[in-house]
Amino acid sequence: MKLAVWTYEGPPHVGAMRVATGMQGLHLVLHAPQGDTYADLLFTMIERRGHRPPVSYTTFQARDLGADTAGLFKSACQDAYDRFKPEALLVAASCTAELIQDDPGGLAETMGLPVPVIPLELPSYQRKENFGCDEAFLQIARALAQPMARSEQVSCNILGPTGLGFRHRDDITEIAALLREMGITVNMTAPMGARPSDIARMGAAHFNVLLYPETAESAARWAEKTLGQPFTKTIPIGSRATRAFIEEVRALSGSTAPVDDSRLRQPWWAASVDSTYLTGKRVFIYGDGTHAMAAARVARDEMGFEVAGLGCYNREQARPLRALAREMGVEALVTDDYLEVEAAIEAAAPEMILGTQMERHIGKRLGIPCAVISAPVHVQDFPARYSPQMGFEGANVLFDTWVHPLVMGLEEHLLAMFRDDFEFHDAAGPSHHGGHAPQAVHQDAAQPAEPAPAATAAAAEGGSMPPEAAPPSPVTPATNNVIWLACAEKELKKIPFFVRGKARRNTEAFASQQGLSEISVDTLYEAKAHYAR
Amino acid sequence: MSTGCRNAPVLKERGQREVFCGLTGIIWLHRKMQDAFFLVVGSRTCAHLLQSAAGVMIFAEPRFGTAIMEEKDLAGMADANAELDREVARLLARRPDIRQLFLVGSCPSEVIKLDLAKAAERLSVAHAPHVRVLNYSGSGIETTFTEGEDACLASMVPVLPQTEAKELLLVGALPDVVEDQALDLLARIGVSPVRCLPARRTDDLPAVGPNTRFALAQPFLGETAAALTRRGAQRIDAPYPFGAEGSTLWLKAVAAEFGIAPEVVDQVTAAPRARAEKAVAAAAETLRGKRIFFMPDSQLEIPLARFLTRECGMQAVEIGTPYLHADIHGAELDLIAPGPVLSEGQDVDKQLDRVRAARPDLTVCGLGLANPLESEGLATKWAIELVFTPVHFYEQAGDLAALFARPLRRRAALSGLAPHLEAAE
Ligand code: SF4
Ligand code: SF4
Repeated sequence: MKLAVWTYEGPPHVGAMRVATGMQGLHLVLHAPQGDTYADLLFTMIERRGHRPPVSYTTFQARDLGADTAGLFKSACQDAYDRFKPEALLVAASCTAELIQDDPGGLAETMGLPVPVIPLELPSYQRKENFGCDEAFLQIARALAQPMARSEQVSCNILGPTGLGFRHRDDITEIAALLREMGITVNMTAPMGARPSDIARMGAAHFNVLLYPETAESAARWAEKTLGQPFTKTIPIGSRATRAFIEEVRALSGSTAPVDDSRLRQPWWAASVDSTYLTGKRVFIYGDGTHAMAAARVARDEMGFEVAGLGCYNREQARPLRALAREMGVEALVTDDYLEVEAAIEAAAPEMILGTQMERHIGKRLGIPCAVISAPVHVQDFPARYSPQMGFEGANVLFDTWVHPLVMGLEEHLLAMFRDDFEFHDAAGPSHHGGHAPQAVHQDAAQPAEPAPAATAAAAEGGSMPPEAAPPSPVTPATNNVIWLACAEKELKKIPFFVRGKARRNTEAFASQQGLSEISVDTLYEAKAHYAR
Repeated sequence: MSTGCRNAPVLKERGQREVFCGLTGIIWLHRKMQDAFFLVVGSRTCAHLLQSAAGVMIFAEPRFGTAIMEEKDLAGMADANAELDREVARLLARRPDIRQLFLVGSCPSEVIKLDLAKAAERLSVAHAPHVRVLNYSGSGIETTFTEGEDACLASMVPVLPQTEAKELLLVGALPDVVEDQALDLLARIGVSPVRCLPARRTDDLPAVGPNTRFALAQPFLGETAAALTRRGAQRIDAPYPFGAEGSTLWLKAVAAEFGIAPEVVDQVTAAPRARAEKAVAAAAETLRGKRIFFMPDSQLEIPLARFLTRECGMQAVEIGTPYLHADIHGAELDLIAPGPVLSEGQDVDKQLDRVRAARPDLTVCGLGLANPLESEGLATKWAIELVFTPVHFYEQAGDLAALFARPLRRRAALSGLAPHLEAAE
């Protein structure tokens, strides 16, 4: 038993729903109690879908338990078939139904429905949402795809996009266009947008492009073995990775067509002098393994940031993430415990967080700007505009969205020079965040702010601006039992807020290194000199 | 005198339901009871439900969480209990501000027959006197949406202290601002003392006994009413305090029980009632003559249909409710003019067929159904907003009507802009 306050992944049947909802002509019958129907709102509210997910729930109740839950399941299957006439039926149990052991797969098979019935085994007490996606897609592929003759033209399948995926909609547009430019036909994109009859033609492609290992790696491996299709290993997030991806695709396809990269602005945007201020910004990166690792590389190699922390919530990606963290000289954080993530971020005191919607909230609480790079995401992470993470346009988008929460270069200098100007003081925050002037709030755990129901969760915001730090007290105990003298605390306040956290942390580290028990103004500047580079 | 819809035939349906389970009540209950913690003993699904329903507005650690059961807990009962004890001890050590802990049962904990009543007893002893541990079921196999609040409040009744005093007990979790208004009105009418269940803090818990008179503020508290009745308390039967009319009838019923004449109520409430009527009239301009369809959801459907038909001039096509309690909904049914279909339970696809056939001007439904109906050109109002928003009594009557008017006004405002809203059929 493990206490969870917030979770990064839902249960595995929600993963199966993401696959089913992304597809067309497929229906999922889920043996589950009524409350599990909440999952529909993830798709209809957060993703703003205008259709109900293609899912029928049996909604058995306590009084059915002693009676005939199996009968209930069969009639739900029959009703779903009669009403929706799907090309194939997925059947699965949620956590509760798993315990009553009705065997949905076996039951559905005996019904003799005229379409393929694909049973899913989703161990709810061991695995999570991403596993559910991966497993559902694997079973669909196994049930429907057959080895067949390759298409005459060089073609590939794009694997991985699902319902509720972070920017999947735009990533596949971007990558499909890139492949087309290289002269490669897209045979099929799945699960998102595919019908069961499309999956049946999976084997016609020459190779697979795996965009999201979290949701489709098992299917890609199966296709490699059974259909003889190699798959791409590079995730094209960032300009370097996109170029590496193009090379990988060239090797797999023999394509020699030139790729037009004139739309790629991110390298020049990063090199131009205004971006100098980004140098060495300490960022904490956390998300699903794939997005976190990609973000870490972009942060270090394409933005000139310093990676101050790197973590993921899915153990499936722990190994490569640990290796990358080692290479970057940080300790990997592999956990799905929200409180642990919060504590790690607090300890690292980064200048920016690249995380999920949860880290956005951690950032708000700790006063650290945050940009979202990975699921789980909220309604504002499904923008109306085209906003991919992958390919050349994705690289442009990364630059813009990561820089947006920060104070701009020239503005940073002005803030430092005129820090006592009553209008231009640091507490005003970045000038391009009009409605976000930070106020002095410092909430402790005992006084949570008002929670909003999903019903009011429509606030549109790009990044979150931090609130001002806590007001100074005469002497402030720091971590490690070092005391800030009032004068030093006051001096610290004069340092612009976006570097204040770093200054505080460095000074404390310096003081305890030197065996000092108090921090004076001198200590502050000695520390500054010590860490200067 | 007409008995309205009280004896109207009820369409009973048993099919697929599209509604939250009782765990959802935790979202508003944990805000109301400021020193209580709600610990769901359940699965990752339960945790995910809470998070999705709460909209994940995380600024700090909330006062609820889920003890997620894992494979090894399912293997042997002894383990699960020991694990639970350990998690509770850890939680209480980290949150010394917690005085009241609710162990909330879920479908998985009930199916494996984890005895949370016993666990609560054991943990109460272990953590007395600082923390009291209670338990109730919020599971989807036992409870529907607002029934979770009912189960929670009912679990508190047996441990309330005994009293012989004649007191009014106001039952139902109301937003503080609304509760304060109600207490103020009651005081000015001369009803006192008044206590509240739930109380904001554990130290303010009410006492109960044979002279207690209680009035429900919410139409879904049947189990709590039964538990209070078992303690000898008597229920004051009344319509619910939605709208000017409902608020007045509710106050008059309470006043009568305390020997206060209706004229006193009229006098005290004249000003707020006039304000309410004026505010409702503004929204009613949009609502008058419009047809409304209620999908079963919060059990607020019947009182709201009464308010919207009688005070806002709407026409009810179908009033669905997860459960129809002749007892606690009777006074409301008396007031609703015959005509609408009354339905209990759900078979969601069939019910959606009826919505499509009737093409009402407004459909009240859950979040999972709202955008799909909107994309078919049907305006909707999310039911969950009705339990999160202050809507009771006079000062909120206009807000309540406006909640229903807004989707219609919005459609009118955007009508030139979104052709697909009208086109899709
Ligand atoms: S219906 Fe049951 S399993 Fe599902 S969230 Fe509610 S209590 Fe948990
Ligand atoms: S409303 Fe709250 S939970 Fe929703 S996106 Fe905005 S900050 Fe996040």
